[in-house]
Amino acid sequence: MAGALLYDRLQFAVTATFHYLFPQLTMGLALLLFYLNSRALWTGESHYRDSARFWTKIFALSFAFGVVTGIPLEFQFGTNWAKFSTYAGGVIGQTLAMEGMFAFFLESSFLGILLFGEKRFSPRAYWFSSFMVFVGSWLSGFFILATNAWMQHPVAYAVAADGTVQVNDFWGLLANPWLLWQYTHNMTAAAATGAFVMAAVGAYYQLSGSHPPFARTFLRTGIVTAALASVILLFPTGHGSSVQVFESQPVTGAAFEGHFDTQKGAGLVVIGQPNMDALTIDNPLVVPGALSYLLYGHSAAEVKGLREFPKVDWPDNVPLLYYSYHVMAGLGTIFIGATLLALCFLWQERLFTTRWLLWGLMLLAPFPYIATTAGWMTAELGRQPWLVYGLYRTAEGASPLVHSGNALFTLLGFLGLYLLFGLLFVLLFVETVLHGPSTGQPGSVGSARAVIEQGAL
Amino acid sequence: METFWFAAVAGMLTVYVILDGFDFGTGMAYLWVARTDEERRTVLRAIGPVWNGNEVWLLASGGLIFFAFPKAYAAGFSGFYLALMLVLWLLMFRGLALELRSHFPHPLWRTFWDAAFAVASLLLAIVFGAALGNLLRGVPMNRDGYFFTPLWTTFTPGPAPGILDWFTVQMGLTGAVILTMHGAGYLAMKTGGALARRAGQLARAGSYAAAVLVLVAFTVIPIVQPGLRHTYDAYPLGYVFPSLAFLALPVLMFFQRSRREGAAFAASSLFIAALLGSAAWGLYPNLLLATSDPAYSLTVSSASAGQYGLQVGLVWFSIGLSLVIGYMAYLYRSFRGRLETLPTEEESHY
Repeated sequence: MAGALLYDRLQFAVTATFHYLFPQLTMGLALLLFYLNSRALWTGESHYRDSARFWTKIFALSFAFGVVTGIPLEFQFGTNWAKFSTYAGGVIGQTLAMEGMFAFFLESSFLGILLFGEKRFSPRAYWFSSFMVFVGSWLSGFFILATNAWMQHPVAYAVAADGTVQVNDFWGLLANPWLLWQYTHNMTAAAATGAFVMAAVGAYYQLSGSHPPFARTFLRTGIVTAALASVILLFPTGHGSSVQVFESQPVTGAAFEGHFDTQKGAGLVVIGQPNMDALTIDNPLVVPGALSYLLYGHSAAEVKGLREFPKVDWPDNVPLLYYSYHVMAGLGTIFIGATLLALCFLWQERLFTTRWLLWGLMLLAPFPYIATTAGWMTAELGRQPWLVYGLYRTAEGASPLVHSGNALFTLLGFLGLYLLFGLLFVLLFVETVLHGPSTGQPGSVGSARAVIEQGAL
Repeated sequence: METFWFAAVAGMLTVYVILDGFDFGTGMAYLWVARTDEERRTVLRAIGPVWNGNEVWLLASGGLIFFAFPKAYAAGFSGFYLALMLVLWLLMFRGLALELRSHFPHPLWRTFWDAAFAVASLLLAIVFGAALGNLLRGVPMNRDGYFFTPLWTTFTPGPAPGILDWFTVQMGLTGAVILTMHGAGYLAMKTGGALARRAGQLARAGSYAAAVLVLVAFTVIPIVQPGLRHTYDAYPLGYVFPSLAFLALPVLMFFQRSRREGAAFAASSLFIAALLGSAAWGLYPNLLLATSDPAYSLTVSSASAGQYGLQVGLVWFSIGLSLVIGYMAYLYRSFRGRLETLPTEEESHY
């Protein structure tokens, strides 16, 4: 079943990676939309209402793709990972079922109001719906991360007579210590994606001279949020995540850093290629002592290297894990630099006329997606070769009777579908942005889309 | 405790079929009842605010099966691998069709998504009907509690059946007809004008077809899977469900004739609930019946999660369900009433 296992893994990787391109934007925008709707409610200015309406369109688009690509993930626990589901269902079934009951219903019901109910509901009820969509999407993130945190760092379980694991401490499961940094890091990253996209759209409008008041609102809101998020991503959440990996999964931490030999005063590899034959880093650029200092607060501390651990416990793709980690951390550093620079220009009221910086902000939009994807690859490749860290190996978890032919068939099907979906999303995103926000009375027929529709029919 | 979770899962799935069922029915009726773009947008607006929430009942039911009966979740989902992947792809197309159609006014764009919406709805209704057929007929479970069924084998139910055989296909068609009737009835209730008139006609025609197909199903099921009678023999109280179904149908037809669309929709919901209740009563205590050896069947006790987990779940499930009923009631109440076919003042997402 080696072939099937590979296809099962690739299929989960493809579907999860593609799916997560959408929720990171919707969770980030849910926060920003709540902010815009709050401004609209408190100030009563139609400008904020119009801004919120524009971003609700983008939100709805991303949400739709997120919903349809999310369904396969829950299904695949059963379809492709049946043995794992049997083994761990008594624990992760809790968090996955709670996600459905507490988050999905909340999100989808109130999104219905956000999309269809602006005219029917009072401004206050509308604002409340915006808040509930925010709560729903961030709760959904919580339950999924509680599931993943348990796989990274199993707690609150007991092994039953039939060898399966069963939850034995409900609150312990939800308050898994791993979750603190994982959840805050992940949600900050989502806020960063939303903010960078908002700033990029604002930069595009500013550069092209269209929708001037919106361009400024989007830039201001986007940059301030992105700057805050970028800093929090590094410290404390990113730092906390790294430290807990080195504590609980030291072999994974060593692979992150491309750190092969145990040494005192370990250096931080900034650039270089892992050489898996010689177990060294080729062409290294190293900051001496920095790894020891970051992890233990003094530059002479000992950091265990990969060689210290039996090879069967090594993550099975060390170079990819190393690159994922470095891409994430490198981009994170660039984000801090770029947003702080933009913040300075914003402060001095020079941002809106500094074209090179606006260009930079516009072109930066895809990079938070890359950083987040690399971050998740870091977490998931780093968990290997375990499905549940230290308890249950990935190779044991696949469905026993789903053969490689069937798994490859559906993997190819997903690849084809997702290529199509990706193109559609980009097309519709660009169309919505080109169309731009419109300044209309709330819910009037004067909105641009209604005019176009009536004109065309 | 396991019995409670069996009932909870069956109840959640029933609500799913009733709610998303009218979305599917709307999709199947769509091309025929809604002829102009204006009418089509009205249909989409009729389900627009609610379809996504309706679909969540499926996800939540799936989550609940995983939580309460992990072994059945693992065996069932991997065993029906190909059918489930088909369901996923269809759900994706259907969801995107609904959301993307209105992005461009171009007629070709809209025609494409209209067709995608209708075809995906039809195929999903058939697959879900066939899925129920598979549960009732049983699956070729092995001694480790796993099975794998190909999409079809010889098209006959036997010890090594495929997902599609003459019985499950018949169940699939029955499902498609019932849901078409249900969805058309929903449109008759929610819309007006020529659109509502055509929907009413379709719902009436559907109710006759449904009557015939359900009679056939009730005749065939005990032959295909005699084991289903055991629970009925042991607890004859269950006969309440089939009786209710046979009572709901004439009531439904009566309300359709007297043009009381709201009452008719309630009756068709009751009809669907009674049919699914009949099936659940027959299956209990089994979750997955084995055609290979009855001893391999997965039952509520052999497939359940640990007791502590199930007990804790009772607390959060009660809280969660109360909240959900609250949102749903609020949502449906907010969007109650008929939609006009003519373009209204209201700006709409669709």
